[in-house]
Amino acid sequence: MSDSLEVKELDHVVVRFSGDSGDGMQLAGNIFSTVSATVGNDICTFPDYPADIRAPQGSLTGVSGFQVHIGAGKVFTPGDKCDVLVAMNAAALKTQYKFAKSTACIIIDTDAFGEKDLEKAAFTTQDPIAELGIKNDVIAAPITQMVKDCLADTGMDNKAVLKCRNMFALGLVCWLFNRDLNIAFTMLREKFAKKPELAEANVKVIQAGYDYGANTHSSVAHTYKIESKTKVPGKYMDIMGNKATAYGFIAAAEKAGMRLFLGSYPITPATDVLHELSKHKSLGVTTVQCEDEIAGCASSVGAAFAGALAVTSTSGPGVCLKSEAMNLAVITELPLVILDVQRGGPSTGLPTKSEQTDLLQALFGRNGESPMPVIAATSPVNCFDSAFYACKMAVEHMTPVVLLTDAFVANGSGAFRLPDLNEYPAIVPPYAPAEMKGSYTPYTRNEETLARYWAVPGSEGYTHILGGLEKDGRTGAISTDPDNHDKMCRIRAEKVARIPVPDVEVQGCVEDAELLIVGFGGTYGHLHSAMESMNAEGKKVALAHFTYLNPLPANAESVLKKYKKVVVAEQNLGQFAAYLRMKIDGFAPYQYNEVKGQPFVVSELVEAFTEIYNK
Amino acid sequence: MCEYTAKDYKKGQPRWCPGCGDHFFLASLHKAMAELGVAPHDIAVISGIGCSSRLPYYMNTYAMQTIHGRAAAIATGCKVANPNLSVWQISGDGDGLAIGGNHFIHAVRRNVDLNMILLNNRIYGLTKGQYSPTSPRGFVSKSSPYGTVEDPFRPAELCFGARGRFFARAVATDATGTVEILKAAAQHKGASVCEILQNCVIFNNGTHDSVATKEGRAKNAIYLRHGEPMIFGENNEYGLMQEGFGLKVVKLGENGVTEKDILVHDAHCQDNTLHLKLALMEGPDFPIALGVIRDVEAPTYNDAVHEQIEDVKAKKPYHNFTELLYTNDIWEVK
Ligand code: SF4
Repeated sequence: MSDSLEVKELDHVVVRFSGDSGDGMQLAGNIFSTVSATVGNDICTFPDYPADIRAPQGSLTGVSGFQVHIGAGKVFTPGDKCDVLVAMNAAALKTQYKFAKSTACIIIDTDAFGEKDLEKAAFTTQDPIAELGIKNDVIAAPITQMVKDCLADTGMDNKAVLKCRNMFALGLVCWLFNRDLNIAFTMLREKFAKKPELAEANVKVIQAGYDYGANTHSSVAHTYKIESKTKVPGKYMDIMGNKATAYGFIAAAEKAGMRLFLGSYPITPATDVLHELSKHKSLGVTTVQCEDEIAGCASSVGAAFAGALAVTSTSGPGVCLKSEAMNLAVITELPLVILDVQRGGPSTGLPTKSEQTDLLQALFGRNGESPMPVIAATSPVNCFDSAFYACKMAVEHMTPVVLLTDAFVANGSGAFRLPDLNEYPAIVPPYAPAEMKGSYTPYTRNEETLARYWAVPGSEGYTHILGGLEKDGRTGAISTDPDNHDKMCRIRAEKVARIPVPDVEVQGCVEDAELLIVGFGGTYGHLHSAMESMNAEGKKVALAHFTYLNPLPANAESVLKKYKKVVVAEQNLGQFAAYLRMKIDGFAPYQYNEVKGQPFVVSELVEAFTEIYNK
Repeated sequence: MCEYTAKDYKKGQPRWCPGCGDHFFLASLHKAMAELGVAPHDIAVISGIGCSSRLPYYMNTYAMQTIHGRAAAIATGCKVANPNLSVWQISGDGDGLAIGGNHFIHAVRRNVDLNMILLNNRIYGLTKGQYSPTSPRGFVSKSSPYGTVEDPFRPAELCFGARGRFFARAVATDATGTVEILKAAAQHKGASVCEILQNCVIFNNGTHDSVATKEGRAKNAIYLRHGEPMIFGENNEYGLMQEGFGLKVVKLGENGVTEKDILVHDAHCQDNTLHLKLALMEGPDFPIALGVIRDVEAPTYNDAVHEQIEDVKAKKPYHNFTELLYTNDIWEVK
């Protein structure tokens, strides 16, 4: 063994931690990504939940994975395949091996590959490596035994000891990437501040894992280093999309000086937003877990009527149920944000998987002429801004707004530079001015925005009625007059159409692209990576990725018509393409569609786009 | 202290059919509000869909006529978001108990401080005469030409099944009785369910005939008042006594029965067993119970929500967004 194992410099690396759902893979992954982010690497993570929540230990359906992509420059996706696969048991190796590159290094705990383990993982021979045809470097370490030895004199019981196995694997990975363990130690000591013995046990095991790698040099030719190239100075935290969404709502409420109200009903994959907001009562956040999806939306409409910044959170099936109450917010012109964390459909579909199949539902899935702004978040971190601006739009334009995220961005995470709220714009509700006291009617509008003036119950001199029936545009009284209805439909549509939204940005070969990739929402990272990789091959490709879907940015038409070839890539059967064709005369894009419930795979995108490029 | 008159709560010209029970109820509501003295701008009246749900249009308060069945849920959001408002939910039997049944029971269970008015005419009026969830078995209507083959809800049973702490009943044509229970409902902190026996002159005329008039009520109804003996009849000659697991009607002076033997109403009794028995009484063997049948104190949902917020504010060290950010694991890139 030589002491001078070569250190290779990498631009980016993907590590996948996998094991039984109880093995703490997410924690190991989180610490690794934070340790990397602390030295200025960019990070992007994605958890892969087990198919079966109550699967027996060691079984194939109980495997949970956590993928971390770290890069010297910006990283946009959690990565297609991994460079390092940690498999804490036989079932994990069996199910996760397909996510490993042919050059990947595989780390296994040989103690979890006993006869029983192999049987549970449906291996038919005693040699899983050969059986799967694995030719990669494999670090086969008796992790369980080493953890037991390491903690033998701590007096911890066997169960608690076994829970530390993840830290050994983490230590080994940290060694492989020359990571500074002190950052991990600090994190663990903070996390287990109330149980210092546990923190120290974990610290000990990480160190043991690291030392094991260093002492044996394991069976690898070299270790790696990822330098940081695009450091943006500042304070950061790792944030998951759902949490970023919740934070965006909180920030908007604070900025607007309004009480944040969430009416919701648990539904995968949106429930974490309810969980997150329910925690923050010290900020005055009011959450009501309702009897059903309908009440989640209806109570939010009631709260908006009473003057709150009202939000309801759900996924596609919940939107189906909420749509009548969403329409009540359309006709009463009350501010409301409807969060749809999209999952696989139709019906119950694929509850834990990700799609973009609710777009047309968000845009059009209600009775009557029902214009509604739609915003789609592009990444876990972008959920914050999208939520903030959805609230701003709802309040300032007196309209319900749909915020689309998806299971992928909701559960993924990224490095979040702590926002300074002073740098965010004010949110100014169009409260009825004092001169309207005594003569206020609810559908008097701001001439420029067409937003109606808002009078909140409790204010003297502004009593009024709102309702689901069509009303006279002037007096607010019920009206069935044909011309009035026609006019009201047009005004509500025009109000939404007038909402100013930022231009869509073109990235890549802005001037001379042969092919423009077009997407929206959560596929941003994958589409951007595909573009970068084609640019690197010398192909002239650009990307126009949309966050604001209704209204479309003012430059949408000129951008979409500027390039020779356009491909609209989306995780549905062509909803955004259809919408763009409807909005933009003569727009005839190529389409790339996939509804697998899985994130796009960049290499597949590149292949498909190249084919179009070469046509 | 009452600085308002019924006029201050009145708006517009009701469009209900002449003679509809809703007219009577509306007048009583205006009167009750004036007597309660809550400023019109501190009141929100929220309804669903149906004939009776038109009522908010005739209120000079904050009001919202919403969508079918959802009034209780919308009213819940309104009350929780602004607990200072006096919130009234107006529903019919279809709105409240059919399409809105789920919201009804959950608003009652949570004990949101709402005045939940159920105008029960046992029919769908707005859609022109279909049976409702309170129509009796065998009821013939446009959608049940051969009679219904299902049993109705009895609103009190639902209310008590959902742990209701307040249940009262009045006949729409009985202004005094209606005003009395509306005031009691408003003064009760928590979900107050008021069943209003309301006649639909067009599609279900006479459904509450036995108690529609003063004379009828003297014969066929009993007014329950907390602390008073349960005596009724044209000449106060009857009373209610407990017998075994049930109630029985007795005649005073007969078989040695005196006023001392008669049950005294206890609306505040935690145990709802007798309240339910009283609420379920019906003719011809029993009088229909009117007045406040149950009125029991309990913590309200809206108070609890806000108390918890204050509690957590006092305990947690972060009170604005920036402080919230710093509760996370933070690292610095220099
Ligand atoms: S149809 Fe019946 S309930 Fe409706 S307004 Fe006429 S009388 Fe009243």
